[in-house]
Amino acid sequence: MKAVSTIEGRAIPLGLKNIDTDVIIPAHWLKTVSREGLGKGAFETIRATPGNPFDVEDFAHAPILIAGDNFGCGSSREHAAWAMLDMGLTAVIAPSFSDIFAGNAFKNGILAVELPQEQVDRLLEVAKDHPITLDLENQVVTTPFQDRFEFRIDPFRKRCLLEGLDEIGLTLGSESAITKHEQMREGAMPWLDKPSRRDAA
Amino acid sequence: MASKPRTLYEKIWDSHVVERLDDGTCLIYIDRHLVHEVTSPQAFEALRLAGRQVRRPDLTLAVPDHNLPTTARVAADGSRLPIEDAQSAAQLAALERNAPSFGIDYIDAVAPEQGIVHVVGPEQGFSLPGATIVCGDSHTAAHGGVGALAFGIGTSEVEHVLATQTLQLRRSKSMEVRVEGPLGPGITPKDLILHIIGVIGTAGGTGHVIEYRGRVFEEMSVEGRLTVCNMSIEGGARAGLIAPDDKVFAYLRGKPYAPKGEDWDRAVKWWHSLATDEGATFDKSIVIDAADVEPTVSWGTSPEDVVPVGGRVPSPDSFADPSKQEAARKSLDYMGLVPETPIEDIAVENIFIGSCTNSRIEDLRAAAEILKGRRKAPGVRWAIVVPGSGLVKRQAEAEGLDRIFTDAGFEWREPGCSACLAMNPDKVPPGERCASTSNRNFVGRQGPGARTHLVSPAMAAAAAVTGRLTDVRKLPPCQADDG
Repeated sequence: MKAVSTIEGRAIPLGLKNIDTDVIIPAHWLKTVSREGLGKGAFETIRATPGNPFDVEDFAHAPILIAGDNFGCGSSREHAAWAMLDMGLTAVIAPSFSDIFAGNAFKNGILAVELPQEQVDRLLEVAKDHPITLDLENQVVTTPFQDRFEFRIDPFRKRCLLEGLDEIGLTLGSESAITKHEQMREGAMPWLDKPSRRDAA
Repeated sequence: MASKPRTLYEKIWDSHVVERLDDGTCLIYIDRHLVHEVTSPQAFEALRLAGRQVRRPDLTLAVPDHNLPTTARVAADGSRLPIEDAQSAAQLAALERNAPSFGIDYIDAVAPEQGIVHVVGPEQGFSLPGATIVCGDSHTAAHGGVGALAFGIGTSEVEHVLATQTLQLRRSKSMEVRVEGPLGPGITPKDLILHIIGVIGTAGGTGHVIEYRGRVFEEMSVEGRLTVCNMSIEGGARAGLIAPDDKVFAYLRGKPYAPKGEDWDRAVKWWHSLATDEGATFDKSIVIDAADVEPTVSWGTSPEDVVPVGGRVPSPDSFADPSKQEAARKSLDYMGLVPETPIEDIAVENIFIGSCTNSRIEDLRAAAEILKGRRKAPGVRWAIVVPGSGLVKRQAEAEGLDRIFTDAGFEWREPGCSACLAMNPDKVPPGERCASTSNRNFVGRQGPGARTHLVSPAMAAAAAVTGRLTDVRKLPPCQADDG
């Protein structure tokens, strides 16, 4: 994972609630075996609507998206995070996120920042004409107007993002604990270890 | 000293903690991993690039479902028919290559056991009570119906589980959805879960694992429980589960992957301990009166947009929250609906019976019971039944259900996810409506511009007969002679 620290730039003021992952990337884009190139299909239905914020020239290559409640609900498709990265988005601000999307965003180095609705409303207003800044180290979102909104983040996720850690590499460091658990499991719950093979059924 | 009373979720969680980090993150052991063609290719590729192996191929099972066409897969001469869409074919080929090269059991596209992962898992006895089960699909919650802790994961997590058989997780909060009293006649598990989502909202369960409690669930069949738990994610909860009981054990006994002999006896003993303890507390508790549940239909583009079939399309002004008013306006515009229209006046052109929510044998029986001796209305242009697995299909054919469907004007298809997410050629045309037994009515979900009304299998059958959304209780089973 690429390390993340400060993200500064224009923010697309989308603001809609319940943006589901079918909206972020429709299913017909999922027929790929790669993580690349999904930006073309990102927010396809919204971008097909005249006057949508993605079409505004100022927001081309904006690194930040501001959305409403329950962003990323629905399907677990990580293609949603890949599509956003591919269109240049590295941070999303919303009042709340679905659990699975928040995880997928994190795994791809996308900073998902939860702020109360009134602060999100303020940022939606500011973002129309001005850049905003997300500072992960200090856990704060700022604007050119002295706004200063602190956000919370899981300390483990923060560390992984700041250091660009490979989570699988970290877990493999717990090899002996995993093996120990497997031995315990084999003794206490042997049925979990031996699903009968189909050909033996 | 007696230990602190725990919920079912806490018991499963505690028994799977490999390691606890200082900040509360836990390394959790995964007992079962289901893999399909759409969310796995990037994970296998990353393993290869990093030179990593699959730690426990024996705990992993692969089956294609999402993008397989549901038309015939084998020609008259027994040869396999090619998949026309080159990208779909490549994705399927990748799974076909990846599974054996990493030593994973693979149920191929023409095997009799092939089907939707969430139908196949329980049906094969691969999904077990008290187990942690994951899959790169949000409807993995379904397996909570057998008393498992089951949840959907992204592709990076698929890779993580393949490489380590664990996930780094924080314990979710617990949420009780308690349903009091019995369901009325003709009310199905699908109506109940749609009603529950309507009450809690699509973010009501975010950050929580739901346990469904109450007599209703004890009396419900295992397949009904799978339907309820399946849609936990539509209520925002990554997982939902129901305490396992003798019904679940009877359902699993003798299934190909289920434990055998002494292992089975030990397993059942442990499974019996998996109920929430008396005195255990939940972080959140919702009580639903079963008497409030009617045959339920969705009217908008979010699964929380539901109404009893006897009701009307709501007016956006009827919502207190201004942002919900705006969302309702957008939804009604997309759905082409006018406020206050009686639900039963809404005509549908398409019927889809299938998906991991409602494609099991009981679902097909419920739909067939309504369709027997009847035909789809002239206004219904496309009606398909997509069984959840080859075994469901075979069972339905043995019971003559396929004939009932085809006589009623339905197409009888091969198993897969199909028009639930319209990745394969099964799509609802733009601007047309579909009475669908699937789980999501999102914008464009069943095809660009498609308008979805979520219903139960019996309600989908009733809509096929009348050409409108219809209260199935007005269509008693036909007493047609069996001839």
